[in-house]
Amino acid sequence: MQIDALERKSIVYRRIILELIKHTGAGHTGGSLSCIDILNVLYNHVLHVTPENFQEPDHDRYIQSKGHSVEALYTVLADRGFFPAEALRMVEQYQSQYIGHPTRDVNGIEQNTGALGHGLAVAVGMAIAGKLDGRSYRVFTLLGDGELAEGSNWEAAMAASHYKLDNLIVIIDRNRLQITGSTEVVNALEPLAEKFSAFGMAVAECNGNDIQALVDTFARVPFASGKPSLIIANTTKGKGISFMEDAVQWHHRVPTDAEYAVALAELAPTEGEVERK
Amino acid sequence: MNSGRPNQDVFADTLLALAQADRDILIVTSDSRGSAKLTRFGELLPDQVVEVGIAEQNVIGIAAGLAAAGKKVFAVSPACFITARSLEQIKNDVAYSDRPVKVVGISAGVSYGTLGSTHHSLHDYAALRAIHNIDIVTPADNFETVEAVKASLTHPRPLYLRFGKRALPDLHSPDAHFEIGKALVIREGGDVTIIATGETVLPAVQAAETLEREGIACGVVSMHTLKPFDTDALLRTASHTRALITVEEHSVSGGLGERCASLLMEHGLHLPFKMVGFPDEHSVSGSQSEIFAHYGISSDGLAQTARHLLQPQTSS
Repeated sequence: MQIDALERKSIVYRRIILELIKHTGAGHTGGSLSCIDILNVLYNHVLHVTPENFQEPDHDRYIQSKGHSVEALYTVLADRGFFPAEALRMVEQYQSQYIGHPTRDVNGIEQNTGALGHGLAVAVGMAIAGKLDGRSYRVFTLLGDGELAEGSNWEAAMAASHYKLDNLIVIIDRNRLQITGSTEVVNALEPLAEKFSAFGMAVAECNGNDIQALVDTFARVPFASGKPSLIIANTTKGKGISFMEDAVQWHHRVPTDAEYAVALAELAPTEGEVERK
Repeated sequence: MNSGRPNQDVFADTLLALAQADRDILIVTSDSRGSAKLTRFGELLPDQVVEVGIAEQNVIGIAAGLAAAGKKVFAVSPACFITARSLEQIKNDVAYSDRPVKVVGISAGVSYGTLGSTHHSLHDYAALRAIHNIDIVTPADNFETVEAVKASLTHPRPLYLRFGKRALPDLHSPDAHFEIGKALVIREGGDVTIIATGETVLPAVQAAETLEREGIACGVVSMHTLKPFDTDALLRTASHTRALITVEEHSVSGGLGERCASLLMEHGLHLPFKMVGFPDEHSVSGSQSEIFAHYGISSDGLAQTARHLLQPQTSS
C-alpha cells in the first residue's frame, strides 16, 4: 500500500478508536493512539497474515504484549476483515468476546495478553519453533515501554539472542509515559537502546508515528543475520489529538461529548492535508 | 513389593523413548536437566531441548509459544519454582490461552526435605486448582507415571504433572487400567478407607496392611488426578466405608482433603473424616520421611488416625 494511503488509514483508524472508546465508555485512549501507526504499517504493509492464511503454519505472527491497547488492534483487525466492523459495537459489552484485552476468542488474535511482561517470551517460543521446523514465518511483538520494568522481558530477551532468533522482531512503543507519569521518573529505562544491544538484539530507532519511517525501518528487518531485531518506535501518547498528546491523564480517560467533538474535528483537517499531498 | 525407582526418573526415561519416536516432543528446562534426570535426553536429542537457564517465568512463556506452533512441550523444573515463580505464566500464557503445555514439577512436595520451605511445594494443588483449564496429576508409583506420561501426549488440555524423588514400589495389580481423571482402587475396605495421592499412597497401603492384621478392613484409593476430580469414585467409596481419611503431600488448605470434604458435604454424606497433610505452619526440618512421620503421613501415623476415627464416639 502507498504511503499516502497508509496515512489516510491512520486517520480513519484514529477516528474509529475514539468512536469505539466513546461508545464503550472505557478504553486505553493514549496508548492506542500512540501505537496505531505501527499496527497500521504492520497489518497493511508488513505482515503476511490474512483471515485466509491465519490458520496456516507459515503465517506471520503478531503478539500484542501491551494488551491494554486492544482498541487499536480491534480497529485494524476489523479493517483487515478478521471480523465484521459491526462487532466493534460489542467491545466490552456483557457476554461479548471482544473484551478489554486481546484473547484468542477473537479471530486474528494470536495469544491472550493483558498482564504485562508476557508477550516477548511467548513470541520467543514461537520463533524457536519456526527455526526448528525451518519455517519462513516471522514473529512480531509490540511491547509498551512501561512494561519493560517487568523482569520477564529481560529473561526473554536473553533467550532471544541466545537462540539467534533473526525471525523475531520486537517493537517498543516508546511513548515515554505510563499511568503514573514519565517512564524516566517512575523507573528510568534509558539508555534503552544500549540495554537491548547489550542483551544481543540488533537495535534501530525510528519515529513510530511516521508512516514513511516505519515502512523504511520494517523494510530492513532482520537488521542483522543471527540476531533478533528490536525497533524503538519513538511515539507520542495520545498522538493525533492535540489535548491528548503527551498528557498522562489520557492513559485511559474517555472523552466528554465536547472533547469528542473537538477530537473528531482535529482529525478532519488532517485527513484533508493527506488528500492534498 | 519391589523397591522400584523414583517417579521422576521413570518420567525421564519414558519421555526419552517417546521423544525418540516423535521430533515434535520438546523439553524446556531451567538448568534443571540434572535434577530431572534428563541429562541423557539432552545428549541423545539435543535439538529437542530448549534450555533457558535459571528463569522459570521464561520456561513457561517460551513453552506456551512452542505449543502455539504445534510442539508437544514438557516444561520441566522443580515444582516449588515452576508453580510459584511462573504462576502468572501458567495462568495466562498456558491455561487462559489454552496451550496444551505439560507443566512438570519435579522434586515435589517435601522431596527436598532439609533444604527448607523455599524448596518445598505444598501450595501447588491449591494454586492450580483455582485456575481454570489446567488439569493436575500426581502419580503414585512407576506404573502410574509411565501411563500418565503416555496419556499426557494426547491430553487435550494444559496439564500439571507432579513427581517426587523417592524410590517407589509398584502398588497396583497387573491388570490395573490407568486413565487421567479416574481414581484407582488399590484395596477395598469396609471399615475405613484412605484416599491418597502421589507419594502418600505408599504409606496408606502400608497402614492398610497393619490394620488388616488387627482385623480392621482398610481400603486405599489412589486419587492420582486432582483435576478433573473423580467425584463418582469418592461418593462410591464414601458409601461403602464407615470412615474416611485423606492424605496428601500438600497443605491441608486447598488440596485433596478439602476437595473431598466439600463434595461429601454437598452430596449429604456424613461420616467420620480426617484430613492428613501439612498444617498451616512452617514445616518441620528433616528428610522427607522424617517430615512425613512428623505429620502422621506414615504407616504408623495413618493406622493410628484410622483407629482413632473408628473408636465409638462418647456422647456428652
